[in-house]
Amino acid sequence: MHSRLDACFAAAREEGRSLLVGYLPAGYPTVDGAIAAMRAMVEAGVDVVEVGLPYSDPTMDGPVIQDAADAALRGGVTTRDVLRTVEAVATTGAPTVVMTYWNPIDRYGPARFAVDLAAAGGAGTITPDLPPEEAGPWLAASAEHGLDSVFLVAPSSSDERIRRVAGIARGFVYAASLMGVTGARAEVGEQAASLVERVRAATTLPVAVGLGVSTAAQAAQVAGFADGVIVGSALVRVLLDAERRGLGEAAALDGIRALAADLAAGVRAAVPASA
Amino acid sequence: MGDWQAFPDASGHFGRFGGRFVPEALMAALDELTESYDRARTDEAFTAELDDLLATYAGRPTPLTDARRLTERIGGARILLKREDLAHTGSHKINNVLGQCLLTRRMGKSRVIAETGAGQHGVATATACALLGLECVVYMGEEDTRRQALNVARMRLLGAEVIPVTSGSRTLKDAINEALRDWVATVDRTHYCIGSVMGPHPFPMMVRDFQRVIGVEARAQVLERIGRLPDAVVACVGGGSNAMGIFHPFIPDDGVALIGCEAGGDGVATGRHAAAIAGGSAGVLHGMRTYLLQDDDGQTQVSHSISAGLDYPGIGPEHSLLHETGRASYRVVDDAAAMEALALVARTEGILVAIESAHAFAGAFGVARELGPEATVLVNCSGRGDKDVDTAARWFDLLDPEAGGEPAPGEDAPARG
Ligand SMILES: Cc1ncc(COP(=O)(O)O)c(C=O)c1O
Repeated sequence: MHSRLDACFAAAREEGRSLLVGYLPAGYPTVDGAIAAMRAMVEAGVDVVEVGLPYSDPTMDGPVIQDAADAALRGGVTTRDVLRTVEAVATTGAPTVVMTYWNPIDRYGPARFAVDLAAAGGAGTITPDLPPEEAGPWLAASAEHGLDSVFLVAPSSSDERIRRVAGIARGFVYAASLMGVTGARAEVGEQAASLVERVRAATTLPVAVGLGVSTAAQAAQVAGFADGVIVGSALVRVLLDAERRGLGEAAALDGIRALAADLAAGVRAAVPASA
Repeated sequence: MGDWQAFPDASGHFGRFGGRFVPEALMAALDELTESYDRARTDEAFTAELDDLLATYAGRPTPLTDARRLTERIGGARILLKREDLAHTGSHKINNVLGQCLLTRRMGKSRVIAETGAGQHGVATATACALLGLECVVYMGEEDTRRQALNVARMRLLGAEVIPVTSGSRTLKDAINEALRDWVATVDRTHYCIGSVMGPHPFPMMVRDFQRVIGVEARAQVLERIGRLPDAVVACVGGGSNAMGIFHPFIPDDGVALIGCEAGGDGVATGRHAAAIAGGSAGVLHGMRTYLLQDDDGQTQVSHSISAGLDYPGIGPEHSLLHETGRASYRVVDDAAAMEALALVARTEGILVAIESAHAFAGAFGVARELGPEATVLVNCSGRGDKDVDTAARWFDLLDPEAGGEPAPGEDAPARG
């Protein structure tokens, strides 16, 4: 069975390119503002949208995503709002996945969340702190409702762990480019390319690289060896900066479109290593 | 519940609690730690070095004190005190930290990070790092650096770097978040020395094992003192390490009631408390499945307690199991009851206990009255109250305006002769 993510990766491969995954948290600056920003980035060339579920204890995130998530929570964003966001973004046709720490799904009820996410048109989830050892019930619920479940590997992962994670992942494998939290970096971690190679030895699933990618040049570089390029903090920063400088929504959306278009051009400028 | 030595299972579960809910990037470090600890605990060179440090440096065994005047005053069971306040650095925290810092050296790592609330775990970690020549960084919520300024200075005197945490709610839970963020980026040379029986496997098991010495000593001391086991063992519960340490050796003793005291803050009904079992529900936080304070969306709720060391929205996973199986029971002690107990213990026994420990005393008074004069109650006096003098002085309004340094607005503070 082909999922929406499978089809999206296949289409990009036909075009001989990697695809671009864009992350923004739901509820920042407002629920509707975030929906508008996510739609804007799809218009500008983002292929897959990661809707972040703001969480009180984001141990994997650096200051930029923390700030936006904190603001969203102060604004009262709920899990229901996140599902509404998915619904509004999925209508663009771009596969829309929820990126979330595990406890909000645990609390919502994994079976119920799978039902509601599928009903909202979501393509699946990325759950960075749910290890394969604990993922059984979530995998079952996801499979039952046709949702992909993406898991992460890191440069510190042994080949055995990579096989284990890749063995349960659906949609793609998320390769963390470096040891650290989310946030822009001057350079993409050297370990990224070799990690992608190690994942490819374990699975035929597409591999997308995230953490630290913020510029078109970095996107082009990563697109040279990965099937997908994931950008989060750089996009979130555009919204934070717009808010801090008192710019209106239109200017913020222009900023999102400009960066997304730039990154999309970067992804297309690369020569895929597999071509 | 069968064999308590069987918990946790090989994957770090205490029944349905515990486990490892962390990013994949940390899995390798947790595996390495589990293996190193597994080898160390059966390696005589390691256990001998730890035992030697506990005896010649930390001051173990700590004494068992008969609290005669307190017993008389309460008018119930005989109250015996396990005196962890007399351990080096002033609390039980040193037991765990010496173990973990020795392990750090064995793993070939040179840098230790820690979180701290009240500062006791931070001070203990800074102390062990100074002793063993390790670099030490302590994360502390900005709120707590203000509340516990003296302990910040203590850590810095001991050579540690103290980093005030300004993210999230700026308290202990956010200090843990920040330590985890540091760890994921520096894990090849850094050990995260968690201060309680919490976090991902193997921490809840390992910290319990290092704190078990409290219960092993106390059990033998009580047997020698009164010729039988106590009827109840009472301890305060933040993350739950002093409680787990004193409870664990008594778990197979069916006749011994195990009673944990959670911090009730302004009262569980007010929502301003830190009682994860009494006022929380099962979920996932900081790498473990356990009871925690959370809202309907699974967002962690901010805890409240006058005691910075108990001001945490979760509890160690083994306590969640002890609670659900009924082998231990948990009571709530609010701020006012704890402070009243602190004052009573000071005046009847001449022991100024930590506000954390005062929660155990307040709980124990109730237990002692319920059990009556034939019974014996063992209380874990987990720490001394020097760090809390400022808070207590304000609570009881003991500072003269001129000595307190904070004259009321518009009032001249006359110079003291
Ligand atoms: C004296 C004392 N007792 C108890 C605690 C609470 O920790 P735990 O529940 O892990 O023993 C602390 C923590 O700072 C403490 O300083």
